[in-house]
Amino acid sequence: MNRRILAAVLLVILAALPFIAQATGQSALLSLASRILIYGMAAASLNFVLGYGGMVSFGHAAFFGIGGYVVGVLYHHADTETLFWGFIPGTTQMLITLPAAILVSGAFAAIIGALSLRTGGVQFIMITLAFAQMLFFLFVSLKTYGGEDGIIVRRTNELPFLNTRDRAVMYWVVLAITVAFALGLRRLTKSSFGTVISGIRQNERRMAALGIPAYRYKLFAFILSGMGAGLAGALMVNVLRFASPDMMHWTKSGELMIMVILGGVGTLVGPFLGAAALLSLESVLASWSEHWPLAMGLILLVVVLGTKGGLMALVTRLTGGRK
Amino acid sequence: MTAILKIENLVKRFGGLVATDHVSLEVMPGEIHALIGPNGAGKSTLINQLCGELQPNEGAIHLAGRDITHLPVPARVDLGLGRTFQITSLLDEMTVRDNIGMAVQVREGGNFRIWDALRRRRAIWDETDRLLAGCQLADRADVVVADLSHGEKKQLELLVAMAMQPRLLLLDEPMAGLGHLESQQMIGMLRDIRKEAAILLVEHDMEAVFALADRISVLVYGRIIAQGSVDEIRNDPAVREAYLGAEDELC
Repeated sequence: MNRRILAAVLLVILAALPFIAQATGQSALLSLASRILIYGMAAASLNFVLGYGGMVSFGHAAFFGIGGYVVGVLYHHADTETLFWGFIPGTTQMLITLPAAILVSGAFAAIIGALSLRTGGVQFIMITLAFAQMLFFLFVSLKTYGGEDGIIVRRTNELPFLNTRDRAVMYWVVLAITVAFALGLRRLTKSSFGTVISGIRQNERRMAALGIPAYRYKLFAFILSGMGAGLAGALMVNVLRFASPDMMHWTKSGELMIMVILGGVGTLVGPFLGAAALLSLESVLASWSEHWPLAMGLILLVVVLGTKGGLMALVTRLTGGRK
Repeated sequence: MTAILKIENLVKRFGGLVATDHVSLEVMPGEIHALIGPNGAGKSTLINQLCGELQPNEGAIHLAGRDITHLPVPARVDLGLGRTFQITSLLDEMTVRDNIGMAVQVREGGNFRIWDALRRRRAIWDETDRLLAGCQLADRADVVVADLSHGEKKQLELLVAMAMQPRLLLLDEPMAGLGHLESQQMIGMLRDIRKEAAILLVEHDMEAVFALADRISVLVYGRIIAQGSVDEIRNDPAVREAYLGAEDELC
C-alpha cells in the first residue's frame, strides 16, 4: 500500500514538472526529465531480457537506434516528398511513426535474436554487440540519411488535437507513454509467458525437463524487448529532433546496461531509477569538471558494491518493504 | 501388451570409452523396472540418453511405440516422459507451490500469453493445491526452494514430475543422500505413484530397490549383465561377483 502512495505522489510531481520548471526557471529540467523517462523505457526493455530472462544482450542500442531512424527516415521522405524503397511515402504523424518504429525494431530483434540465441553466455554478449556495431557502421555509411551526421528532424511528429511542438506537451506525451509502458511491462512479468521466462532464467535444464523448448520463448522475449527499445528510440528522436548513428553505438548499449545494473536487475522500477541517477549525475558532474567520468565511475562502484542489488535494493531497505 | 519404454541396442561412446554397450531393456505399463549397478557403470549416461540430453551413437529408443531416439528433450516430455534429477534441479527462487504450479502450467499450455495474469488461472492453482494436499510438503508450500532441506527438495522433484502426468518416469537416484526415515517416506511415495506411471528406477539403495522393483537390470561397465525378478537377481552369482564382491551377501 505504502508503495502505491509513493508511486501516486511521484506521478503527480512528474505531471506537474512543466509548471515547476517554469516557476523555477530551470528549463533544462524538462528535457532532462524526458530523457530520463525515455532511457528508462529503453533500460527497462533491456532489463526484461537481462533481468527476467537471463540473456545478457550487449547490443540493445541497435533497437533503440532503429526505432529512432524509423522516425528520422520517415520524416526525411515526408520532407523531401520522396518514397522509401520506391513505394513507402514518408510521414510525420506520430500515430503512424511510433507503431512503425515498434514493428521495424521488432523485426530486427527477430533476425538478430534468431541468430544470437543459438549461442549463450559470453558468445551471446559478443554476438549481440557485433550485430549492433554492424548496424552502427551501416548507418554511418548511408549518405542519403546523413551518414555520420544523422538526420535533423526539424519538426516533431504530429498528434491530433495536440501541439507536440510545445516542449511541455511533448513531455506529457512521453510521460503518458511511459506510464502505459510501465503498466504493460508489469502485466507482462506477471503473465504466463513472463513466469516461463523467469523459470528459464533460473534453470533452463529444469524447464526443458518440464517440456519447455527455451529457444522460442527466449526469442519471443527478445523481440518484445527490442520493440520496447525501438519505441524509446522513436520518442528520443522526437524529443531531441535528431537521429544519429551514435544512438546505436556500443557505448550506448553499455549505458543502458549500466542503468539496469545501477537501478536493480530484474526489478520493474530499477531501470527507471538507474536512468534517473545516471543522467542526473551526468548533467551535474559535467557542469563541474570535464573529468566527470572519473567521478561517475567511482560513484557507480560505491553504489553497485554497497547496495548489492542496485538502487532498488537500497529503496526497498530504506522503506522497510519486502523484496 | 506393448512396452511403454523400449531400448534397443543402445551404444554411447566417449572417445575410446564405451559408456553404454548395446543396452536393451523394456519397461511395461504399471511396472517399476530398477536399474542398478556400481559407480561408473554408466547409469547416468543411460538416463541422459533416455531423456534426450545426450545423443546415442547407435540403437533406438521407443516411447509407447514411437521412435524418440532423435527428439529433443521438450518433445519427449510432450510424449509423456517425466524425470527427476539425481542432483536436484528446481527453480530455486520460487516457492514449492510455484514450482509445482509451473509444471501444471506448462502442461496446460497457453504459455505465450503475455497479457493474462498467471495468479488468476484458477485451474492451475486448484490442481497445484490438490497435488500438494496431504503430502509432507503441504506445510512448506510457501517456502522458497533455496531454503528447503535436501530431503524436501528430493520430494519436490518427485511432486513436480508427477504434476506433469507422465506415462513413464525416469527416477535418477531418488534416495541419494536421504536418511533412513526419509528413504522410508520416499519408498511410500513411490508405491503410490506407481499406480499412475510406469517407472524406470536408477538407484543405489538396495533395500529400496528390492522393496519396490518388479524387475531389475544390472548394469556393469555399460553392459547389462543380468535381468530378472528380485529373487533371480538376488541369487545371481554373476551379479554378486560384479556388484558386491563374491563373498558378500546381497542384503
